[in-house]
Amino acid sequence: MTNMIVIAELSKGSIHASTAELVTAAHAFGGEPTLVVPCTDASIADSVKSLSGISKIIAVKSDVFDGNDSSGWASALDSALPSGTILCLATTRSKDVAARLAARRNISVVQDVIRIDGTNLTSPIYSGKANQTVSVSGEAVVTVRANVFDSAGNGGNCDVSVVDASGDVKTAVQEIMQRASTRLDVSEANIVISGGRGMGSPANFVHLEAVADTIGAAVGASRAAVDTWAEIPHSMQVGQTGKTVNPNLYIAVGISGAIQHLAGMRSSKYIVAINKDADAAIFQHADYGIVATWEEALPVFQEALSAMLG
Amino acid sequence: MPTIVVLVKQVPDTNAKIMVQGDRVDLSSVKMVMSPYDEFAIETAIRHKEATDGTVTALTIGGPGSEKILKDAKAIGVDNIVRVWDDSWSDLDSNALQSILSETIQGLGATVVYCGKSAADTGAGSTGPGLAERLGWGNASNVIGAEFTDSVTVSMPVESGVAKINVALPAVISCDKGDFKVRKPNVKGIMMAKKAKVELMSATAPSSSINISSHSMPPAKPAGKTFEGGASASQVAQLLRDEANVL
Ligand SMILES: Cc1cc2nc3c(=O)[nH]c(=O)nc-3n(C[C@H](O)[C@H](O)[C@H](O)COP(=O)(O)OP(=O)(O)OC[C@H]3O[C@@H](n4cnc5c(N)ncnc54)[C@H](O)[C@@H]3O)c2cc1C
Repeated sequence: MTNMIVIAELSKGSIHASTAELVTAAHAFGGEPTLVVPCTDASIADSVKSLSGISKIIAVKSDVFDGNDSSGWASALDSALPSGTILCLATTRSKDVAARLAARRNISVVQDVIRIDGTNLTSPIYSGKANQTVSVSGEAVVTVRANVFDSAGNGGNCDVSVVDASGDVKTAVQEIMQRASTRLDVSEANIVISGGRGMGSPANFVHLEAVADTIGAAVGASRAAVDTWAEIPHSMQVGQTGKTVNPNLYIAVGISGAIQHLAGMRSSKYIVAINKDADAAIFQHADYGIVATWEEALPVFQEALSAMLG
Repeated sequence: MPTIVVLVKQVPDTNAKIMVQGDRVDLSSVKMVMSPYDEFAIETAIRHKEATDGTVTALTIGGPGSEKILKDAKAIGVDNIVRVWDDSWSDLDSNALQSILSETIQGLGATVVYCGKSAADTGAGSTGPGLAERLGWGNASNVIGAEFTDSVTVSMPVESGVAKINVALPAVISCDKGDFKVRKPNVKGIMMAKKAKVELMSATAPSSSINISSHSMPPAKPAGKTFEGGASASQVAQLLRDEANVL
């Protein structure tokens, strides 16, 4: 058995809650992990000191973690990490960093893992139409999908040791065009409500936003909606050529359920579909299907949710 | 003048039904195509050439069956097509695959490599960043637009919006679906592609430490509950809270 190392996931400068899921994943693989926190300010590691099931915490401090350059991330982490099997969250940035870390160490990377049984790792392939199980011998770098493993509990009390590191940055940010809306990104949200061509016009997305605001959801879209309406940006697209999401709840409104859309959301824990066509393919994947127009269903849904949560 | 290489991979058509026979996926009757993001990589590579001159070489690792996508790339407008293979290879893991690629890319003297952000079969997305690391190059992933000078300035989504990032060459750039149309083969291109010769290369591959043990179908979801009419939405809201526990 190799050493287990978990790299904490960062989101907007603090540690993402899914980091606790990675600790559970490390135990499934076979050992108590060292938790590594990439940071510019080591005090963020305080938020994970009480996690149970970790043997120690190393805060790796470097300016590179302020940016997105995966070369910088990988070189800084590599210099501070012991050898072993490394686990991180399967997000866009961490998947890049994982691939680089593996290449740096001449070991292999297994991405998007959804099940761990000792050294057997299962990931979806063909956009979730099948699963692939691989066996790992020796060290590897593994990325794990969010919302798959239970979170490790609290009750531990780990010291944090701080290591300064420098990284080899190879790209330079020139400018960032801020997202116009302050809405949650679909790939970060626990609940996603998406609209398709059946919404009729981009203006009608306000009805989805109203529900989203009530339940803390991000708003997504099908490709038909993105391609048809300039107002709906590609960053909202869920599916094969958009984002893959894995939320606790996915609500599809006016979306037919094409295979390429399913590719991006079929692993959601619960799926709700609102569609006027009882034969729409999306209903075969829905835990709760509502056969109705959104014009009829959304106001009722919105009112019920507000009453429950308001 | 840049020597531009674009990596392409053959995958099952994304519309195809995937079946598992025994404990392996059976692709024998599935139509194979170029992975969709690779089309954006080819388009970006050709635009790079048009902006700065140079040559574009499309490269795949695969058996003879994968020559079709190289011909497709040629028909779209790349200059050279290369297939890398050794009959002893099967189920290459990421370490083996990237070793082969980095050896080949160095042999070709590439200054910039384009690829899709992930291949539609594994969806892993490891090749671009992993290859860049082996070569000691920079990389950018999920690129949705690019401008070309001595370096490449790419647009890519980041946490707070879309970033414009300057990537010094040599570099590996992984392409997402961009906000532009990809060119399709024309008749002349298709004729030329028919006659084009695929260059065969080989490389050394370390043995794999990741081995595929089985494929399986995802467990079928238990049948859901279906309700008729908009009024049922309040019942669904309640179930989401009380039965599914997701609110
Ligand atoms: C290579 C490739 C990649 C692709 N990538 C993606 C991708 O990333 N994401 C993606 O989503 N698609 C993708 N697609 C497209 C996909 O095949 C479908 O065309 C698309 O998902 C359809 O979007 P839709 O469900 O919104 O539209 P439609 O299929 O037109 O469905 C609209 C639905 O709305 C319902 N409806 C209409 N009016 C109402 C109403 N008033 N109330 C309630 N329901 C109503 C209809 O019954 C219908 O089911 C891709 C296709 C290809 C070939």
